[in-house]
Order: sequence, then C-alpha cells, then structure tokens
Amino acid sequence: MMAGKRYRILVGKPGLDGHDRGAKVIARALRDAGFEVIYTGLHQTPEMIVSAALQEDVDAIGLSILSGAHMTLFQRVLDLLRSKQAADILIFGGGIIPEEDIVALKTLGVAELFTPGTRMEEVVTWLQGALAARENCQKSD
Amino acid sequence: MVHRSKKGWERETRGPSLLRFPDRAASFTTTSDAPVEPLYTADDLAGFDPDLALGYPGEYPFTRGIHPTMYRGRLWTHRLFSGFGTPTETNARYKYLLKHGQTGLSVAFDFPTLMGYDADADRAIGEVGKCGVNISSLKDMEVLFDGIPLDRVTTSMTINGPAAVLLAFYLAAAQKQGVPLSRVGGTVQNDCFKEYIAQNSYAFPPRPSVRITVDMMAYCAKDVPLWNTISISGYHIREAGSTAVQELAFTLADGIGYVQAGIERGLPVDDFAPRLSFFFNAHNDFLEEIAKYRAARRMWATIMRERFHAQSPRSWMLRFHTQTAGCSLTAQQPYNNVVRTTIQALAAVLGGTQSLHTNALDETLALPTESSARIALRTQQIIAHESGVVNTIDPLAGSYCVESLTHQMEREASAYIDKIDAMGGIIAAIEAGYPQREIANAAFRYQQQIDQREKIIVGVNDYVTDDSETLQILRIGDEARAQQVERLASVRAARNPGQVAATRAALQSACASDANVMPRLLDCAHAYCTLGEIIETMKSVFGEYHDPGIF
Repeated sequence: MMAGKRYRILVGKPGLDGHDRGAKVIARALRDAGFEVIYTGLHQTPEMIVSAALQEDVDAIGLSILSGAHMTLFQRVLDLLRSKQAADILIFGGGIIPEEDIVALKTLGVAELFTPGTRMEEVVTWLQGALAARENCQKSD
Repeated sequence: MVHRSKKGWERETRGPSLLRFPDRAASFTTTSDAPVEPLYTADDLAGFDPDLALGYPGEYPFTRGIHPTMYRGRLWTHRLFSGFGTPTETNARYKYLLKHGQTGLSVAFDFPTLMGYDADADRAIGEVGKCGVNISSLKDMEVLFDGIPLDRVTTSMTINGPAAVLLAFYLAAAQKQGVPLSRVGGTVQNDCFKEYIAQNSYAFPPRPSVRITVDMMAYCAKDVPLWNTISISGYHIREAGSTAVQELAFTLADGIGYVQAGIERGLPVDDFAPRLSFFFNAHNDFLEEIAKYRAARRMWATIMRERFHAQSPRSWMLRFHTQTAGCSLTAQQPYNNVVRTTIQALAAVLGGTQSLHTNALDETLALPTESSARIALRTQQIIAHESGVVNTIDPLAGSYCVESLTHQMEREASAYIDKIDAMGGIIAAIEAGYPQREIANAAFRYQQQIDQREKIIVGVNDYVTDDSETLQILRIGDEARAQQVERLASVRAARNPGQVAATRAALQSACASDANVMPRLLDCAHAYCTLGEIIETMKSVFGEYHDPGIF
C-alpha cells in the first residue's frame, strides 16, 4: 500500500487488437497496490485515450499493445498529449515489442516498456518510483 | 487375494516414507490449479464402467475417438495458422507450406480485417498486415488463393465478427476458379460467443450475431455441404487466462447456445449439427490436456443425444482442431518453446485431435519466419512418423490417472454448464459478464502463482540466464498498407458503382428482414463491395458492440 497521494492511472488499449489479458492483470495489480485505476476497455483510438486521460485527470497512462502497431499508436498518443499541453502525464506501456522498438519508443518519450515475463510487482514498484520522481521534479520547477 | 486398498498403502507404506522423504511441495496441482493425487488406483475409478464411459472408437460416447480407424487410417491435418502482410506475400507462404507437406490451409487475418475495416480506413493505420494478412475485398481473396485450387485444399479461416463476409469472399473466389460450391470445403471460426467472452474481435451485439450465424448454418447445410460453419473455440478462452475446466465448460456452453439457436430457427438438429466443429488449446499440463479432450467428446455426445435428441451419430461427434498454447511460449530462451510445443502437440494427438497447429518458437515475439514455421510443421511430422503414438487408438484409456482426470474434468465443467443454464443460457451469462469475470480471476491468480514462484516457468522465474538469445524475427513494414490501399483504389475504380449500391441496398433489406443474408453477401462480394462497406451496411441495421471493460 502506498502512503500519501493516491495516483490516478489510465490503463488503455489503443488500436484494434483484442488481447486484453495483460491490460486487465496489470489494471488489477495496480488497483490492489493502491492506485486508482481507470480501464478504457478495448479498441480505443489515441484520441479517445487522450480525451479520457484529460477528463479523468490522470497522472499516468499505461498502454497495452500486442498488435505490432505500437510505433504508430504510441507516437500518436504522445503527439496528442503535447498538443493539449498535457505532456507531463507519464506514459508507459507493455506488449509484444521488439528490443529495437523499445529503444526507439523511449527516445520518443515513453518512460518505460514491459514485455512478457515481467512480474506484476516490478511494474508497480517502477510506477511508484517514477511518479514520485515526477512529483519531486514538478515541485522543484 | 484380498484387495489392498489405496488408503492402506497410504497409511502403511507411503506415510512412514514421507517422514524420511517429504513431498517437495505442500500441494501438487495442474497448470489450472486443480489438485492432483500422489497416486491413482482402481479405487479412484469406483463405479467406472468402460462400456458406458468409454465405448469404442467411432461409437457413442466417442471418448476414445470419433473415428473407428483414427490415425491408422488418416493422420490429423497438419494445419499451420498463417498470414501476414499482403495477399501476395501470404500466397507465397501458403505455397511454401504446401510444398513442405502441410495438408490444409489456415488463414490468419490482420486486425483491420478481423474488425471489419478496409486497409484504407483511418482505424487501420499502423495495423495493416501486421498480425495477419489483409483482405479488404474479393480481389484480395482471389490473389490469396491464386494457383491454389479450392477444390483440392480445405481452408480454415479465423474470422468471427465479419465471418459471413469473408466466407462470401472465399466462396466467390472459388466460383471464379470454376469450383462449384458443393466441392468447397473448410471452416470459418465464426464463434461470436467466445468473442464477447475472450477474443474480442466482434462486430455486432450478441443477438444479431447469432442470427447471422444461424443464416450461415442454414445456407451452408443446403449449398455448401462440406463447409464447417462454426468452430466453437475454447482456444482464446484459455489464452485469455482461463483454466482447462473453464475452457471446456464455456466452449460447450457456447456450443449449446448455437444448437439452441438453430433449433429455435426451426432447423432440424441433424441437418446442421454435423457441421459444427470445435477448437481447443493445448497447454503445458500434459495429462490435464488429454483428459480435457476426452471429456469434451464424451460430454458433447451426451449433450447432443440426451439434451437435443439428435438422432444422427454424426451430430454426436465432437470433431476438433487444436492449437498449442501461444500464451505458454516465453520470450526468454525462446528455443525452449520448441520443447513446450512438442509436449503440447503430443497431448493433442493423444487426445485424438482431427487437426493441429503447432506454434513456432518465435511466435511470442512476432509472426513466424519461414524457417521457424518449418520447425513447427516438422514437430507434427516427427510425432506422426517417429513417436509411434499413432499406431494404436487412444493408448491412455484405462489409465487410472487419465480416466480419473477425465471424470474430474467432466464433473467440474458440467457444474459450470448447469450454472450458465440457470442464468438463462450463454447470452444471458455473457451479458452479465459472468464468463469474462471468471476468466479474469483465473488469469490474475495464475500470474500471482508465477510471480510468487508457486508455478515454475523455465527461463522466466527459474533457470534464468543473462545471455539473451536474439532471434531473427519477421518484421512487417508499413509498405503492406501502401500496397493494399493501392489495390483497393484500383478495385474501387474498376467496379460498377450502380451494382455496388444495388447489392448493398439488397443486403440492408435482408438484414432488416428475416431473409437469409448469405446470398446477398455473395452478390456484394461479386460486385466488389469492400469489407468495410459491407460491415458498415450491416452495422446500420444491427448496431455495434463495445467492450464493457471488466477487469
């Protein structure tokens, strides 16, 4: 359980793929760890995800993509967030993502990517750390 | 001789031994978390009557197999699920697989096709050809099977929401090859129930989806008699994280839903039931999986004969395809996946499958390359020709353990089916989110067991190595979309717009009435209406389904 602030996380499934096992398991693990979790459900467009994130005032967005469309979809979400002056929302993700694409996506601004075989606790711990770091960084701005 | 009971052995022999050699774990369970006894004996089969519970191969209740000859007569169909990029690229892969001894085709479509969008739709950006082949119109289907005579191969198509449309494209492509529909054989997955439960490639809400399915059953029973109109699928239920029992129970409950819908339409059960086929997963737990297939056959035979009063033995038979478990493959030490797949494939064969897809070792990372797909095919050929398990039918019958597990599987799956019946059937259960929640719970529990190392996955939570083996994986570029968009533009330019409008209008009125949609879909296909146009027309009548997002 987390002490202090209860962070709000949007777990999103952009694109057309129907593989939601990972997204649901992660959503539940984050909720059990004390995060407030909003799950978009499947088949969202980047526009729908960004608009939900703004409406729900979330601290982070986790995107799950298992369709091979990750380069297109992450880029689009990041672009939309920037255009809405919401680039401070932390973006992370997971799915079937080749190593070289992980490097490219991190360059684009995705904070972290998790691939199959990751323990739930690893995601939780990383997110807690990343959000705390983001908060300290904002305070010192 | 006096019967020595299992309890006696446990007390007098095993007990003292446990004091010196305790069990390695507090409990032993299957992959699905079902408890397993240390030993099975005749005592576990009290009341077991082989005549009633097993019968003979090719005879009710088909526990031992649906064919009297099984693999001595004909091996299972070696059918690798395959598709990527453009129809031209996939056509070349099909020819390669056929050349290497594959005996049936199985089409993997990309997500735009699965969801009913054309390659040039906004929603298709980034997804065309990535997870399968893109088919946007009849023209693409013609290219996909170019040089492959459709009266000589059977084709399985994994398509659900838009299944009726893709079937129409396939039948139209066969007609263009000069093949009469009476000689076209194959399968469309077309199992909408499991889409809402697990796979999530739906188009319309449950009730209109069932109506279209029954249209297909009625149409094919008359005009395409060799076509399997539904492949009732547990595969995706399992991939979504269910247990083996849930996979079996929800699949058969779905089957009951389709048969019920056919009967309610007034179709005689023996006219359509023989064309229903099944599709199961083969996960890691060898004995549990074998028990699942055997229980499935026995349960379905009983359901069809006792519950639906089917008269034809062909209606009682559960024919099934198997795919090894994609979700069991690991990105870590990927070569180990060949071993996993072999164990799973062997379970499917010992379980009496009619057709099999073996996953390639790189399928947890990408679509398979030519060489990884060939190893997967060779795995089946080694089981078929070298392992010897095909020489006798149902070799594990009578095993105390396998028969006990088969019974346990049947008992627990039947309890689920009773519960779904009590809820008002599978549609009501889906609308209440019941199977979805059961599966999500099981998936979460399994992940916890792996995280806590209650279940060991080699290379993931034990026997981990630092040196990463990098595989050459297949990468699909964005040129696939460019090529598909181009082909679609030329299709749109060459067709007769009046015919397109007329066939779409006729389809729309068929959807709005009780008329069978299949003949109208064939007309749309021949007029080169695109997949997206056809689905849009149908959605204008039937509406759309959206994920309730239960987690």
